[in-house]
Amino acid sequence: MSYVADVAALTQKDLRVELRARDTLPAMLLFVLATLVVFHFALPEGTGDDAAYGLLWVAIVFTALLGLARAWVPEHEHGVLDGLVLAPCDRSAIWLGKSLATLAFLLAAQAVALPAFVFFFAPLDATAIAGALLADLGICAVGSLMAAMAAAGRARELLLPLLFLPLAIPLVVGGVGAAISPEGGRYLLLLALYDGVFAVLSWASFEYVVTES
Amino acid sequence: MSSTAASAVRSLPVIAALAAGLMGLAILLSLFVAPEDADQGISQRIFYIHVPIALTTYFCFGLGAWKALLLLWRGDERYDLESYVAIHQGTIFGLLTLITGAIWAKASWGVWWTWDSNQLVLFLTLFLFYCAYFMLRFSLEEGARRSRSSAVYALFGVVLIPISFLAIRLAEDFIHPTTFTREGPQMTGTMFTAFCVSWAAVTLLAYVLYRVELTGKRLQSDLRELREALQ
Amino acid sequence: MTGGEYLAAAYGVTFVLVLVYVAIIAAKLVRLQRETAELLELVRRRESPELAPAEMTRA
Repeated sequence: MSYVADVAALTQKDLRVELRARDTLPAMLLFVLATLVVFHFALPEGTGDDAAYGLLWVAIVFTALLGLARAWVPEHEHGVLDGLVLAPCDRSAIWLGKSLATLAFLLAAQAVALPAFVFFFAPLDATAIAGALLADLGICAVGSLMAAMAAAGRARELLLPLLFLPLAIPLVVGGVGAAISPEGGRYLLLLALYDGVFAVLSWASFEYVVTES
Repeated sequence: MSSTAASAVRSLPVIAALAAGLMGLAILLSLFVAPEDADQGISQRIFYIHVPIALTTYFCFGLGAWKALLLLWRGDERYDLESYVAIHQGTIFGLLTLITGAIWAKASWGVWWTWDSNQLVLFLTLFLFYCAYFMLRFSLEEGARRSRSSAVYALFGVVLIPISFLAIRLAEDFIHPTTFTREGPQMTGTMFTAFCVSWAAVTLLAYVLYRVELTGKRLQSDLRELREALQ
Repeated sequence: MTGGEYLAAAYGVTFVLVLVYVAIIAAKLVRLQRETAELLELVRRRESPELAPAEMTRA
């Protein structure tokens, strides 16, 4: 049970840091709303709802990137990661804690963005929302690993989108498909498959990424 | 250099000669011996170079991921270079797949690019993914952290291949239905022979280039070590 | 363009790209050779410091 306790403590630490500093979440919220407004002008008159669903997914992925780019910054600025790696807990717990904290931010951003999307553009049904939730899991699982890799590099803000976007293509396909296809269930299955496979892979490989060099 | 590596280097000229011979035979078979396709005419012969290159790309990425897995598993730093060189080969052959694929698309469908072709879209995704691999590598300091992170990213690549393929197949029905396919009439025996010989030739060529580049890289790191020892 | 020209283009691109690759490898080989020569000179100078540098490169 100590694994669960470690993860809970790490997640709590991130949430508490965010509550105190308010660095990430307000930026994500403002960004996603501003993007939706920009999209209103980017979509020509008479474009169907389908195009709006596609743009919603662009907004979600980029908002997530904004949050992920900040994810490991506090650890890096204060050298906390070295301490965490040396701590007597399983290293994958660090990844899981970070993923859960990022997931909390992303869900909070979507709690604002999805109603705003419905208000401004087009309705969302249950399948579309389920698709968004499943895609969030994948984004946070893969994204926090990629962010940890990028954080060690010289150009970390530049590197993360390059590493993450090709991996996010199946998530966008799944999310958009769940929103607009009459057979949304198949896309939910794709998202669930993606989440399962990449969560296990990220969980297993995180300890190699934080090896001290 | 260990004795197995030395013997592999000695066998390299033999493999290179074999690759050259097979490549000549493959060109002869696919351009002159194989019968003309009734449907597509002469441009169907692009098949004999495009498809073997595409399969070789998968082979290189697979090899790179396998070496990455060995690195993480056994912790032997020698696999880092092998994984990197295999992925480098894969990226070059991936670029060739995209170019020959575009030429074939233009010849048979009249457009340079079509999102209808799952294979082309998949290759574009993979090409972007592995370009990011090089960005990651060049941005990290040389050392254990770089080799481990690159290995993890390379492993993500091979897992991404089937999932992307599935996603692209699913995406077809909301983007637009497939109108073109490359499923022509059944291949005749000679056509199939020409294809297999071409495949073997391109795979051997890739393997020879892989060994040459790897030897060069090893030589470079040996020389650096020698310089440090001398100074 | 005719089908034959496209066919020639596909094979030609492959050929040229492989040649470019060989050229890059050759450039690297030249650099390796230069580095080896430098190291060799270093070793020789260490073994016989009284020799003039010009004679060493000829040797």
